[in-house]
Amino acid sequence: MTSLARIFLGLVLVFLYLPIVVMAAMGFNASPLYALPFDFSTHWYEELAGNGRLIEAGWNSIWLAVLTAVIATALGTLAALALWRRTFRGRAILRILLLPPIAIPWLITGTAMLVFFFWTGIGRGLHAMLIGHVALAIPYVVLVVGTGLQTLRADLEEAAMSLGSTPIHAFFRVTLPLLMPSIVGAALFAFAVSLDQFVISYFLSVPGMTTLPVEIYSAIRKGFTPEINAISTILLVASMIVILGFARFARPGGIGERS
Amino acid sequence: MSGVDVTGVAKSYGATRVLTDITQSFESGTFTSLLGPSGSGKTTLLRIVAGFVAPDEGSVRIAGADVTGVPVYARNIGMVFQSYALFPHMSVAANVGFGLGRRGIRGKAARAQVEEALEMVRLPGFGARHPKQLSGGQQQRVALARAIVIRPDVLLLDEPLSALDRRLRQEMQVELLRIQRESGLTTIFVTHDQEEALTLSDKVAILDRGRIVQMGRPAEVYERPRTKFAAEFLGDANFLTGIVRAGRVEIAGAAIATEDRLPPDGATVTLAVRPEKIAIRPADAAGSGALENSLPATVASVIYTGTALTYMLRSGDLSLKVFAQNSDGSPLAEGSAVVLSWAARHSVSVEG
Repeated sequence: MTSLARIFLGLVLVFLYLPIVVMAAMGFNASPLYALPFDFSTHWYEELAGNGRLIEAGWNSIWLAVLTAVIATALGTLAALALWRRTFRGRAILRILLLPPIAIPWLITGTAMLVFFFWTGIGRGLHAMLIGHVALAIPYVVLVVGTGLQTLRADLEEAAMSLGSTPIHAFFRVTLPLLMPSIVGAALFAFAVSLDQFVISYFLSVPGMTTLPVEIYSAIRKGFTPEINAISTILLVASMIVILGFARFARPGGIGERS
Repeated sequence: MSGVDVTGVAKSYGATRVLTDITQSFESGTFTSLLGPSGSGKTTLLRIVAGFVAPDEGSVRIAGADVTGVPVYARNIGMVFQSYALFPHMSVAANVGFGLGRRGIRGKAARAQVEEALEMVRLPGFGARHPKQLSGGQQQRVALARAIVIRPDVLLLDEPLSALDRRLRQEMQVELLRIQRESGLTTIFVTHDQEEALTLSDKVAILDRGRIVQMGRPAEVYERPRTKFAAEFLGDANFLTGIVRAGRVEIAGAAIATEDRLPPDGATVTLAVRPEKIAIRPADAAGSGALENSLPATVASVIYTGTALTYMLRSGDLSLKVFAQNSDGSPLAEGSAVVLSWAARHSVSVEG
């Protein structure tokens, strides 16, 4: 690699990570006004431990993201199997219809959900947020798993059946293990979509029962303390551990690469 | 005892008729090739025998039992796919042992049978490797071992050699034949490669637009094709069309003799003559009287390939092709007048 490329790559990494590092560092600064010089303190973490609202919102976010990942991955994987492994009327149209929800602005989706949930009696709250997040995440799951399925030859299942596997046995012994990296990747995507979600959560939350992004937003409006930095840092570290763990497990591009 | 019996099988996809009334026996222990161009229905027929495709009409019997309504996994077949279809997440041993596991054979007994199968395909000790670490030819052998280790009632091969390069393909042809002979499995082999079909098979079945137009020993089908399609698809042929007169066929002013039964005088028939069955000599050279048919012609062009020569000739309106050995090293010149001659038994009467 040329030194110019090295410098460029370095700049990109600085651009990506410097704000985050500053944010994390400020969580350990004693000044409530983000004032320098830097004075190391765990004061804001102690404050955070006593801030029930913020912690509860944090747990809500995590539970919502986990449940979204589980439900959206299950439903999305089944949909991908139908869309790429079965032939039926309207399959092509259904495949195309999966894409627009990804591009529709969340503000519009959120408004639509709010109206629809109100109208159907689902209302607002964590349950409504879960439904909303799952609906948002499913297209991503279908796309990721569908792409994985396309790289998986259909005759592998046929080979298993020719050797005596029932279709169900062939699926669990051959297709599912080979599809696992895609499914785990899709679950991670769904988890991230939910954890990240602000607009729809904001529309569907009820006061006192909300997610971290919404709570942070209202906290900022009332006045900012480095407690926000502290909880953001905790979430950041947690999600980085998850992502790096996945990268180790799946090896990008890794269908069938384990050997 | 019959290996596989297909009776009255028909299959359509929508308005497209893929197979029409196929009735054919594949004898126990024989190697049969299904030979035909793409779209002739050969793969569909194989997949019907395997159980991946249900026929619209007709029945399939394997080893005496009617399996028409039996799903693939309950049929006890062995199949080798065009792409090998090895399970990439399993070792070679796990791939080969997969079918044994489904039959309740596990542990030591399974390991012994797996090793035996790997020895049969000349890959002893390869069990611990992964398919990714093997060459195309080795993967092919593993696929074969996986299909034969379960002692299937029929071995189905779907163009298994088409993905290999020429040299490897010839090597695998020899191997395939040896393995089939050693295992004694009734084998059905789909191919569009005529040379492969002739080399490997006990029987060749030629498919054309969803029908088996002819089935027989390779030499029989090659020497006595019944239809124009069969003559042309398996090998090369000159077609001479003329009118029957007094037990001979009038073509380009000559009366051509054949040993086949001819329709009554006045009927139009087509004779197929293989290009290598025709002797060619200059018009002024002394003839050999032994051959019944002779036809004057002019050399239109010569294709020189070293060991052999291909002459393209004209006789009146007729275009002919003749294969000759390059025995004296001096091909006949273009434009020279020649006489073509061949034996009556090499004029084969074929259906349009």
